[in-house]
Amino acid sequence: MDKIILGRYLPGDSLIYRLDPRGKFLLTFYFVGIVFLANNVASYAFLLAFVLFAVYLSKINLGFFIKGLKPVFWLILFTVVLQLLFTPSSHPIWHWGIFTLSKEGMVIAGYIFMRFILIIFISTLLTLTTTPIEISDSIESILKPLKKVRFPVTQVALMLSIALRFVPLLVDETTKIMDAQRARGVDFGEGGIIKRIKSFVPILIPLFVSSFSIAYDLAIAMESRGYKDGEGRSKYRVLSWSKRDNLMVIFMAAVTIILLFLRSY
Amino acid sequence: MEITFDHVTHSYNPNSPTANLGLDDVSFTIKDKLFTAIVGQTGSGKSTLVRHINALLKPTSGNIKVGERVITSETNNKNLKPLRKQVGMVFQFPENQLFEDTVEKDIMFGPMNFGASEEEARESAHKMIKMVGLDETYLTQSPFDLSGGQMRRVAIAGVLASDPETIILDEPTAGLDPVGRKEIMELFKGLQEEGKTIILITHNMDDVADYADEMAVIHRGKLITEGLPKEVFNNQDLLKEDLLTLPKSAAFAKELSKKGFQFDKLPITIDELGIEIKQQLNGD
Repeated sequence: MDKIILGRYLPGDSLIYRLDPRGKFLLTFYFVGIVFLANNVASYAFLLAFVLFAVYLSKINLGFFIKGLKPVFWLILFTVVLQLLFTPSSHPIWHWGIFTLSKEGMVIAGYIFMRFILIIFISTLLTLTTTPIEISDSIESILKPLKKVRFPVTQVALMLSIALRFVPLLVDETTKIMDAQRARGVDFGEGGIIKRIKSFVPILIPLFVSSFSIAYDLAIAMESRGYKDGEGRSKYRVLSWSKRDNLMVIFMAAVTIILLFLRSY
Repeated sequence: MEITFDHVTHSYNPNSPTANLGLDDVSFTIKDKLFTAIVGQTGSGKSTLVRHINALLKPTSGNIKVGERVITSETNNKNLKPLRKQVGMVFQFPENQLFEDTVEKDIMFGPMNFGASEEEARESAHKMIKMVGLDETYLTQSPFDLSGGQMRRVAIAGVLASDPETIILDEPTAGLDPVGRKEIMELFKGLQEEGKTIILITHNMDDVADYADEMAVIHRGKLITEGLPKEVFNNQDLLKEDLLTLPKSAAFAKELSKKGFQFDKLPITIDELGIEIKQQLNGD
């Protein structure tokens, strides 16, 4: 559990931390979209420079991001190797059965690798610098237009913030239950596949039971504090859009223009 | 089984921005067949300390000797079963670990994991359910139909069923009513008198005064002091720095001493206090 960096928040303070979460959220998605516009070495180098600049602005150690790649290392390797060996080409360097190694394959594999790095870094940056509650607030604010089609935005937002609030709680609970069952002689991750799956029963059942009882207690507590439904409630956490968020959008637009220029270059 | 901590340091998430020190150079010995209480404020490292004894956590540096076995940072995760059979652990709110469809099966779970035959495990379950103060009719029920206090007893029975030599208790009576509290504590004291080593983590100083032979005080990951409860509760420096609160009897004696009573050492149990008051009143 300790190794997963993506999806974690790291307390800190820097320019990136102070940006409006809605802006960060949308721009991150936007960036993931424009990564696919890059089509040559110059454009990829430019995007990498941009991401490294953003990491620099966040004042978070770059090594932390690199460590975050570890869990997806095999996925990256698998995709890159697949691209290397299965790209059809008229001038193969090496050919054996269904495997082809060519210059085009290497270039495409390189691009794919870069895409992985860029997308993982930028999304890690979003979650490291934005608290879960800020993310759920921005989702609520972004989904607001859907109210017109009777989509229950406030309820979904409440669900999201409760779910996010309970993630660390359930992780704690899982660790505790695992420890307790270990102390009673369970070996997790030992023996054959059937035995391994069976060894999760003593964790999952207590976890379900406590999740339901937590949910029940929380519902009662919310009701006793005057909660009826999502409608007509005020908002305590107000998001504010400031000048630096405008600057961020302008900066992103500039990045897009340069990227389009480099692409046709 | 004697348990010795030798310069044990434990750091959570080492080499990451969220690293923090759970234990800081702890050295002390938990004596065989005694009742040792570990006290300290919330977050002081008590739970971290005891989780090292059955290798749920491993030290970042230093080592722990549990009987013949030595646990270091390099200790392998395999072959820990004999150790975990010797060291039983009752976690805080242990009722959260119940999962089988009957109480009997749940109590049998531990012994069967440690290699007991079904017959032996069942026999053990029948013995343990009575020991924790429930009768055999409970064995056929689902643990989820029981009350919180009964579930707690079943969970404790499940730990005791594998007959550990050392029993670690992490606030076993938290959230129980006064009667249940006393019954459970008496049960553990009885087990100690039968020759088991008991380690108790608690915030309740009266339990320490009433049951413990030895106590250790932990603050911010460091071991502050250890010794006989009577000595430790008379340590004025600790009390002054608010690292420790007094059992009710000692607090009462302290108030009495302002009104002219004289105590060489503060009595820590009601019995001791009673004897002292009686002597001093008759002496006048």
